[in-house]
Amino acid sequence: MNDRSRKRAAHYDPLHIGWPLWVVSGSAILFLIAPVLLLMPMSLGSAEIIEFPPSKICLDQYRKFFNHPAWQTAVLNSLQISAMTSLFSTTLGLLASIGLVWGSFRGKGFINAFIVSPMIVPLIVMALAFYISLAKLGILGTKLGLVLAYTPLTLPFSVLPISATLRGFDRSLENAALILGANRIQTFFKVTFPIIRPGILTGAIFAFMIAFDEVVIALFICGSTAVTLPKKMWDVIRYEIEPMLPAISTLLLLLAAFILVLIGLLQKRIARRMTSV
Amino acid sequence: MHKRTLASIWHRRGFRQFLLVVPALLALLLLFVYPISSVLLRSIFSPDITLKHYLHFFKTPLYGRVLWITFQISALSTLSSLIVGYPVAYVLRRAKPGIRNFFLLAITLSFMISLLVRNYSWIIVLQRSGVINTVLSYLGLLDQPLKLLHNKFGVMVGMTHIFVPYIVFPIYSVMMGIDLNLEKAAQNLGATRWQAFWRITFPLSLPGIGAGALLVFIMALGFFITPALLGGRKEQMLSNLIQIQVVDLLNWPFASAMSVILLVATLVIFSIYNRYLGVERLWGGVKT
Repeated sequence: MNDRSRKRAAHYDPLHIGWPLWVVSGSAILFLIAPVLLLMPMSLGSAEIIEFPPSKICLDQYRKFFNHPAWQTAVLNSLQISAMTSLFSTTLGLLASIGLVWGSFRGKGFINAFIVSPMIVPLIVMALAFYISLAKLGILGTKLGLVLAYTPLTLPFSVLPISATLRGFDRSLENAALILGANRIQTFFKVTFPIIRPGILTGAIFAFMIAFDEVVIALFICGSTAVTLPKKMWDVIRYEIEPMLPAISTLLLLLAAFILVLIGLLQKRIARRMTSV
Repeated sequence: MHKRTLASIWHRRGFRQFLLVVPALLALLLLFVYPISSVLLRSIFSPDITLKHYLHFFKTPLYGRVLWITFQISALSTLSSLIVGYPVAYVLRRAKPGIRNFFLLAITLSFMISLLVRNYSWIIVLQRSGVINTVLSYLGLLDQPLKLLHNKFGVMVGMTHIFVPYIVFPIYSVMMGIDLNLEKAAQNLGATRWQAFWRITFPLSLPGIGAGALLVFIMALGFFITPALLGGRKEQMLSNLIQIQVVDLLNWPFASAMSVILLVATLVIFSIYNRYLGVERLWGGVKT
């Protein structure tokens, strides 16, 4: 070993990041976040034309959005559909997770894989599948149809966080409650449920967000009678120029940030509950 | 007697837990298996059993071209997401907590934002009178606006933007498991920083690269939104063709055949993924 390499080895810090790496990774982060953040200043521009940079600063776009009946209906539809979907898939997901995590029966591995399988089927295939089968039932263009389509789609996303929380739950707590005289139902509602609640909420939020943002299935199912927010946005981006889209995007960006904080808080709570017991 | 058999089933190990899974199974049979199989049936019955829709697909050069474009765009966007995502994962592993948390926050936020909003933001940036063209011509660098949208470039940018988080998270989690002392040892033995990376860190991070890349490739194959919004006519993928067949041409049987082809391609790649990496990683990649 020569002198130079010895010196280098002595000073070697594996955590060192050279400036080219900073430039590359920093640009990557900028690439991810800048275009979306750019929509925020643009949302303060005119509500008549899309312009960059905005020539005046006002809240016209927001005013227009909140006073527009068609957009209001779309937002309301989306909220209703996502809430129902979340309720369905969290209920089904909670029951299934309890069975799968705490039970042992034949075919468990297969059922586990089956429940997450909607995740890998391309959305367009699901969309066509629902289009054909909902047409048969005559519920195309209804909110019910969309909820039915979104339930299997969101099921994996509620099952995964719920079963992860259940795996971390210490079942000796239940035994303690049973020994102290509680019955099974009391034990579930007074001991188990409060501890796994953050996991259930995480699952419910995931299911809600996926249904709230879904557009491919919506394109096929909505028709003109159950238009959701993403479907309306799609139509506007695709076929017309709508100068208040930056405002809508900004609102959705704030929603994402809010959900991020919420999930972060829930994760912290899960971690605390798992370690404190 | 009858009562006793029922009781013995009830008390059999795991039976009551199995009952809890039944509602979800029924829902999936009704709302997932049944719809998917009706696509399958549509593609082979019209009204008698036939393979003509599949033959039509494989015999028409146009569809062969679309299949090729679908694979090409999927492969290219996987590659470009790796190129953008890998250095980020590498830096995340080594950065101080403050910067790491900032990076993670930015990636997760971008991951959580509506897909439509992300695509729309690129329209604003790339279009003829968009941010890039405005800035460049203001600086006097352009005589006429660059065409950045409704071509392959636009699709690649939009898809890479969506896929990078799916690449970063699995590589980052694999990198967290690599002992940094290995690199230190390599350097002690005379390796340069670059050699230490190329011979130690990179090979050890390959499982993360594989997991991320396959996941992204699977998603890309069935991607619909970005080619429709940011692509031109030449960048329409299989999914876009399916939509056109259904909505504009009302040709359900042919659309069904194309859906089955897309589904089979996805499942083949997924089974490779599952064989080598295990399905559990799928969640490891999406966790926030």
